[in-house]
Amino acid sequence: MQHPAFEEVTIHHEHADDGTFYKKVKKTTLLLSVITVIELVIGLAIYNIHKGENPNEFLILAFKGMVCILTLAKAYYIVSVFMHLGDEIRNMIMTIVVPLLLFIWFIAAFIWDGNSYKNLRNTYDKHFQESTMPAKHGTHKEEAKPAAPASGKE
Amino acid sequence: MATTATVHQTKWWSGGKSPFNLEYGKLMMWYFLMSDAFTFGAFLISYGSIRFSQNFWPDPNVVFNAFPGAGHANLPLAFVSVMTFILIISSVTMVLAVHAGHKGDKAGVVKWLFWTIVGGVAFLSCQAWEWHHLITGEHAVLVDGKIDIIGQTMRGNPWGSLVSHDAALAALQNTPHETLVNLAHQSNHGSSHEQLAALTDKDLISKINLDELHVRTKGPIAFGGYFYGITGFHGFHVFSGVVINIVMLMMTQKNVFQNRGHYLMIEKAGLYWHFVDLVWVFVFLCFYLI
Repeated sequence: MQHPAFEEVTIHHEHADDGTFYKKVKKTTLLLSVITVIELVIGLAIYNIHKGENPNEFLILAFKGMVCILTLAKAYYIVSVFMHLGDEIRNMIMTIVVPLLLFIWFIAAFIWDGNSYKNLRNTYDKHFQESTMPAKHGTHKEEAKPAAPASGKE
Repeated sequence: MATTATVHQTKWWSGGKSPFNLEYGKLMMWYFLMSDAFTFGAFLISYGSIRFSQNFWPDPNVVFNAFPGAGHANLPLAFVSVMTFILIISSVTMVLAVHAGHKGDKAGVVKWLFWTIVGGVAFLSCQAWEWHHLITGEHAVLVDGKIDIIGQTMRGNPWGSLVSHDAALAALQNTPHETLVNLAHQSNHGSSHEQLAALTDKDLISKINLDELHVRTKGPIAFGGYFYGITGFHGFHVFSGVVINIVMLMMTQKNVFQNRGHYLMIEKAGLYWHFVDLVWVFVFLCFYLI
């Protein structure tokens, strides 16, 4: 189909067929809603694990990983269906998606760095460790000492 | 999908065609959004980096547990899920507006753009309420051996770890009279400030319900800056998206697009609006879920 404004451009979306379009939008809306509800359920599960006597750190981490994956799925559906990126031609998609791959390094490097900074401070700055390490459950007595303002400069 | 086959056979770069098969404005909108994604990404990654450098970080379910009109009820995640659904639905109405534009259906464009604007304004109102609630919140915090009442601001964070009953009681002995009156008022809404102010410190302390008070230590200061900075930057995007959509609505009603013969402008505004929804998905993840 000819583009309404530019003769060099052809329309490649399937705009013409209303039925398919509405079906696709309805399906995507439902999918996004269901994923959001699952995320909320997981969020509440994490909250309840936190409240318990001995929070299972591994389970919390696994749940948090699951929400991250579900979020990426949501992002995929928004970009490819709502923003129609999936309907563009491959070369164009690649100019958007390939630069975004930088995020893989970006996230890993900076979180690694933050974590390493924490470990170094805990090793060499005992005051930081004592004043900010949360007390384990059932040992609230430890906190009876008026703690210095929890965190210094960050 | 039948078109995809022909797309691969087409010689996009041999001239006479747009190599990306897109008009200039839409392509540039995509590149703008990509750069904006890096801006948001940098903010969120900076937040993650600081968060990983701390031994303690507030549990979002403790921070965000209020709902308008529900008083002090503990409803973690409830309000933010409303906000998330508002944005998803407004994204869907935007899809429908763009679709109506493709068909040259002016009435449809006006209708769906209107609902998109309503969704955007609703989201902004929710955010305004949430910020107001956090900033003006009155939380008992143990600071330098006495109890202080603070809200969630850029300089103070009331969401440290819970203080034991005994430690809180000891801290109350050093707490100034004025603060004790306010604390007692939180547990005794029946008595007025003047009545409570007349009492001695000892009587006030006996009136304070420590189990209800949830005294905490101060949490990491960076929390406030990151939360207000990033949700504020996102809120500003929503705001500018609403303004763009209002301009689109006015142009549609003045028949600008009809006279032009196409509604491609709505498509570009739509891309921007979906991007705002996309960013919220990640803000929701980083601040409220994990």
